[in-house]
Amino acid sequence: MSGRSWVFGDDIDTDALAPGRWMKSAIDELAGHCLEAVDAAFAREVRRGDIVVAGRNFGCGSSREQAAQALRHLGVAAVVARSFAGLFYRNAINLGLPVLECDAVDRIAAGAQLELDPARGRLRLAASGEELRCVPMPPFLLEIVRAGGLLNQLEKRLAEAKQGKPA
Amino acid sequence: MAQTLAQKLIARAAGRAAVSAGEIVVCRVDLAMFHDSSGPRRLKPMLERLGAGVWDPSRIVLVTDHYVGGEDAESRAIVRIARDWAKAEGIRNFHDGVGICHVVLAENGYLRPGMFAVGADSHSPTGGAFGAYMFGIGATEMLGVVVTGEIWLRVPETILMHWDGRFGAGVCAKDVMLFLCGRFGLDGGAYQVIEFAGAAITALPMQERMTLANMTAELGAQTGLVAADETTQRYLAAAGAGDVELEPWHSDQGAPLRARHAFDADRLTPQVAAPHSPANARPVAEFEAVAIEVAYVGACTGAKLEDLRMAARVLEGRRVAAGVALLVAPASRRDQDTARAEGTLGVLEQAGARLLPNACGLCAGYGEGFAPQATVVSTTARNFKGRMGDPSVRVYLASPYTVAASAVAGRIADPRELVH
Repeated sequence: MSGRSWVFGDDIDTDALAPGRWMKSAIDELAGHCLEAVDAAFAREVRRGDIVVAGRNFGCGSSREQAAQALRHLGVAAVVARSFAGLFYRNAINLGLPVLECDAVDRIAAGAQLELDPARGRLRLAASGEELRCVPMPPFLLEIVRAGGLLNQLEKRLAEAKQGKPA
Repeated sequence: MAQTLAQKLIARAAGRAAVSAGEIVVCRVDLAMFHDSSGPRRLKPMLERLGAGVWDPSRIVLVTDHYVGGEDAESRAIVRIARDWAKAEGIRNFHDGVGICHVVLAENGYLRPGMFAVGADSHSPTGGAFGAYMFGIGATEMLGVVVTGEIWLRVPETILMHWDGRFGAGVCAKDVMLFLCGRFGLDGGAYQVIEFAGAAITALPMQERMTLANMTAELGAQTGLVAADETTQRYLAAAGAGDVELEPWHSDQGAPLRARHAFDADRLTPQVAAPHSPANARPVAEFEAVAIEVAYVGACTGAKLEDLRMAARVLEGRRVAAGVALLVAPASRRDQDTARAEGTLGVLEQAGARLLPNACGLCAGYGEGFAPQATVVSTTARNFKGRMGDPSVRVYLASPYTVAASAVAGRIADPRELVH
């Protein structure tokens, strides 16, 4: 996948990603307020395929999976961060959003064109050709992401079980 | 081989004799808890799409708390979805509008040492205070649990926080957690397990231990644990949980640890975390010039019976300062009733407190929140920008003692000289 980077700092929390005041609303409205407390332009200007880049502990705070869902709804193709809050990491995968840990995120400038291979853990800066190493996603988690999330994977498994195929 | 409490709990749930840190295992879930926000509202459409039912209704606990007390039609509709779903699915363990899920779960004796549980709420580590493995997950992952009764996890390492000595008057579990957030940061727990031990910890009542485990979420741990003891047994007996086994639910001598940190409880001072992060915690003395308009005693973290008692110990015979609103949202109906019967609530009301519903309320931030520009001192767990209202709201986190002392002073104040 390839996309433009949006760069954020450390400890981006779920209240910033999915503000509580909009939690009653449908995802299209909630997503319109994603990260507005950090970067008011983000939800308006992010394009399908863009990649969110962040520092440590991305997604800390609540269990609300709308934090990951909002990013996905806005078309974000992946999040690359120095580290993730565990709960957000699991939520992102369960909603089909690739999440990669990368120690070298500070090499990435805002608006840079990136090429990302989640399975191999390779991230390439298109302008300079520089390759950054990410931690490759474990295969069983990549499988959930490739299915489009846990719901899709469960649906497939249940259908196979009904037809008597091995799960 | 010597095992940590976390390893023993996970091994049991995974049907294994032992597990090693780092390996990925699948565990059978003894109990799954969710609420009106993370639960039926999101689960029901997904279950319908799958054409799947609940794996075991007797292992599910549903609590309405996040949208309870909301006056608007959307909030009422969300709570109604939970009620209708509980009825349709035959969920007997349904607690409707009687308090915040983590507190309701504990007071009804659902959690016992040795159990493996998940909750669709980030403060689910609260259950770890009972020597059970309990952690928070999102709604879609809860769907997986509800359908299969199983969940995967990577066996965590344990970080031991050892507190010797005794906490001084006016110092409590909340100060411990703010201190640890300030010291180790919001990712200090590294999604591993934080276990609390030492004389100062074993001297704490269950609800104080719950505050410790609860705020391991703010440290970024998967969960927090306190090994069960006689205090746990007494609490659970009163909660109707029946006989409780203490063995083998403790970390063995020499069990492998990621880190061990030792602290002297006698030296801990009241802590306050400045906006907009729990990691901004420093001693209360550094904030004594901060004038406040609102003092909030609320949430699973800070409005249990023990928390209300702490506030009352400061507020007895005193009045809230002019221009300050003291808001109290007792964490459960049962705690509120006990506080009423023993006189604790009367003390708070006489001091000028206004009572709010037994729900997540302002802490969840799903309503309008505090007025723009407001400066608030709060017993809750999180003060992220915009969490409790407009992004201009400034929330300082503190203990119930400190929040009560601040309400009296009209500015952030050290409670230690005011505690009765």
